[in-house]
Amino acid sequence: MSHPILSLRDVWVEYGDTIVLEKVTIDIAQGSFVSIVGPSGAGKSTFLRLIIGQEAPTRGRILMEGAPLVPEPGPERGVVFQRYSVFPHLTAIDNVAFGLDCAGSMFLGRLYGRRRKAALEEAGRMLEKVGLSHSRDAYPAQLSGGMQQRLAIAQALVRKPRILLLDEPFGALDPGIRLDMHALIDGLWREHGLTILMVTHDIKEAFKLGDRVLAFDKRRHDPHAPHRFGSSAVYDFPLTGKNRRPPAEILALASREPAEA
Amino acid sequence: MRRLVNIRPGPGSRVFLGAIPLVLAALGYLVASATRQAANPADKVLPPLDALWAAGGRMATQVDPITGAVPLVADTVASLARLGLGLGISTGSTLVLGLLLGLLPVVRAALGPLVAAIAVIPPIAVLPVLFIVLGLGETAKVALIVIGITPFMVRDLSSQVSAIPEEQRVKAQTLGASTWQIALRLALPQAMPKLLKGLRLSLGPAWVFLIAAEAIASDVGLGYRIFLVRRYLAMDVILPYVAWISLLAVVMDQALAWISRRFFPWDHAKGAE
Ligand SMILES: Nc1ncnc2c1ncn2[C@@H]1O[C@H](COP(=O)(O)OP(=O)(O)O)[C@@H](O)[C@H]1O
Ligand SMILES: [Mg+2]
Repeated sequence: MSHPILSLRDVWVEYGDTIVLEKVTIDIAQGSFVSIVGPSGAGKSTFLRLIIGQEAPTRGRILMEGAPLVPEPGPERGVVFQRYSVFPHLTAIDNVAFGLDCAGSMFLGRLYGRRRKAALEEAGRMLEKVGLSHSRDAYPAQLSGGMQQRLAIAQALVRKPRILLLDEPFGALDPGIRLDMHALIDGLWREHGLTILMVTHDIKEAFKLGDRVLAFDKRRHDPHAPHRFGSSAVYDFPLTGKNRRPPAEILALASREPAEA
Repeated sequence: MRRLVNIRPGPGSRVFLGAIPLVLAALGYLVASATRQAANPADKVLPPLDALWAAGGRMATQVDPITGAVPLVADTVASLARLGLGLGISTGSTLVLGLLLGLLPVVRAALGPLVAAIAVIPPIAVLPVLFIVLGLGETAKVALIVIGITPFMVRDLSSQVSAIPEEQRVKAQTLGASTWQIALRLALPQAMPKLLKGLRLSLGPAWVFLIAAEAIASDVGLGYRIFLVRRYLAMDVILPYVAWISLLAVVMDQALAWISRRFFPWDHAKGAE
């Protein structure tokens, strides 16, 4: 059997004497769509930051395809945050071409001539895929929230990442727009054979899109020193085609008040 | 009854409201001037409009036989050259330092305290040092402008650059950007309109430092002239000069604002201020 694309082995994250994540041991198979849920403050974003390489675990090991993960962001792991992940000073098409510029021009950070034309064509196809062809010359501030997130997805995919990390990507969008985005991300996942890890507050969204749902929460709780225990994945549901109804314990978890006191 | 905080003047009434204090100030001057002239026709403190106009016109058109130049023109050229050089040096070094400090935690750790310390030194207090070290020539005057405004500009720009959301820096790295590419393609373009904004805020102080330096040691320049004719209580020259300096300052400010809108439209798009 081949390696899982990601494996975390007894990973801990501590800030000072606050333990955010503890004993996290998870394997993630290539091509899976993992939804991550849990009360706010449970360390979901921290978990994602570990995989992006934005920070390193205090203890434990993270392997990507069997090799230790470099604790720095790189093009094999794309990301879309809830906000601020497109560049305000670039038009839509230049936002998407940014990754190609960086790959093709070390010193100028920007392609010229024939290579630029090719990059713009590729970026244009990406924009088309996310339904933004008509806004190619608009700046992000001129786009709606949903369009900005589409742009962020197109921008992230242009470097053909193996893993796509989404931190509440649709959290700020209207319900109708969300449905469109679900269709978009589901299609891209299937078409590109991506591995997706998506943090969401919306349990229905998690069970609709994912083929596996991880729920983060504290296993233990000390009422006098709540910060001394960290979260880990307390539930891990593989989802098959039919089994898509969130179990009661997950619904209870999601409706609970924030984990921190 | 609507709350005062909710009452917004429309475009027309805004012009009207803005004009009231200006008109009142002008009227106040005319009345005060006329009163003083009535009491003492030789009064030099508040000359009437025609006297201001005559003296200003003389300075702007007649060649001074001693220097062989038109004073207002020579003064303006000299002052703008000093100001331009000072602003140019400040802006260039601010761009480099602001980007380095804002983008690289290592540089921030190393140079942040130094910049903060320099920023608290009152620049005018250093002026004698500059004259001693650099002599009484052009260098000291330009240096005063540079020392006067650069620390503020650097601190302003570096805080703007470090305020670029973390998400953007991470996103750029996931798109393969190196430190150099992040500086060039992410931080530099986003810093430019902020740099222009900082420069606009620094124009006022820059003029103050220029005029102070010219007042102390110079033989030409707008500040030099004002402080020269002060000895003769020549308000009829001083006031037109002050008006001219103000006009230059407004034109420079508006030109920078125009450049920012023209070249960095995304910074002025809806959603941005
Ligand atoms: N850099 C940091 N320093 C200290 N505490 C942090 C830091 N980042 C996150 N935390 C804490 O870690 C906990 C988990 O945060 P986060 O991962 O953002 O949770 P979630 O995304 O599940 O809402 C929170 O209590 C937060 O205060
Ligand atoms: Mg979060």
